Amino acid sequence: MKTLADLEAIRAKTLENINMRKDDNAVRVVVGMATCGIAAGARPVMLAFMEEIQKRELKHVTVSQTGCIGMCRYEPMVDVIMPGQEKVTYIKVKPEMVPRIVAEHIVNGRPVEEYTIGAAE
Amino acid sequence: MRDLSLHLLDLAQNSITAGASLVSVRIAVDGNGMLEMTLKDDGKGMSPELLKQVTSPFATTRTTRKVGLGIPMMAENAEKAGGALKIESTVGRGTELTVTMDTANIDCLPLGDLAGTLLSLILTNPLSPDFLFEGKTKNGECSFDTREVRSALGGDIALNEPEVAAWLKEALEEEINPIFGGVTI
Repeated sequence: MKTLADLEAIRAKTLENINMRKDDNAVRVVVGMATCGIAAGARPVMLAFMEEIQKRELKHVTVSQTGCIGMCRYEPMVDVIMPGQEKVTYIKVKPEMVPRIVAEHIVNGRPVEEYTIGAAE
Repeated sequence: MRDLSLHLLDLAQNSITAGASLVSVRIAVDGNGMLEMTLKDDGKGMSPELLKQVTSPFATTRTTRKVGLGIPMMAENAEKAGGALKIESTVGRGTELTVTMDTANIDCLPLGDLAGTLLSLILTNPLSPDFLFEGKTKNGECSFDTREVRSALGGDIALNEPEVAAWLKEALEEEINPIFGGVTI
């Protein structure tokens, strides 16, 4: 059973991590979560990223959302922005694709080409 | 949209865009099987002109294109299921959207993963707004308030910190799923 009292311990642990993260090598994962993205299945994709990042304890990665960028046919879309590199856009992302994107791109720095918008166009 | 929880995720975004500091959601299913969902915010509200045309697919505040389907699709799904969508709004005060559906109607959407929707909303908006969820069905009542989480955690920690996110996921599922199920299709 989860209670609010658990949060006390989490607080102490988290404050340590926050201090570790204040550097420039932050990675950003941005999920399209407008009507089109949600209807196409963005919610499980977003939660899969959260889970994978947590499982691997990737403390320098943040997941956020954005609105509709006008390419609804490619939703769910995910941008991965690595420090000092150009943004990579993944299209028609499914939760099953997330562990590979995290492992190959975010951890090892090699984008999963076959999932990107470049491979589709 | 395949279920009500996805509509909620979509509609709540309007409240966030309106600059709300508290978004309150209440879902209740009464003894006759009528479901009522209210989504209330203290955002900037809508002018009477915008309010009048907001259920039209051709009204949107976004600039990328001239259609906005979130509210019209919810209205259609509510009407198909013997219910309706109603919006009240006051500029500077906020907006309240109410959706009713007859859960006995064959066209009524499933509820979907409400805990997942709340988790997504909280994790993608870790600093503000706060979310209050209240639910009531024949299975009982549940409630979740991020203001309580924030005060237990201390103000300097964002709710999308991995440890906090893991706690939120389990806490939401424990609180909401026994009341609403949480099945996705």
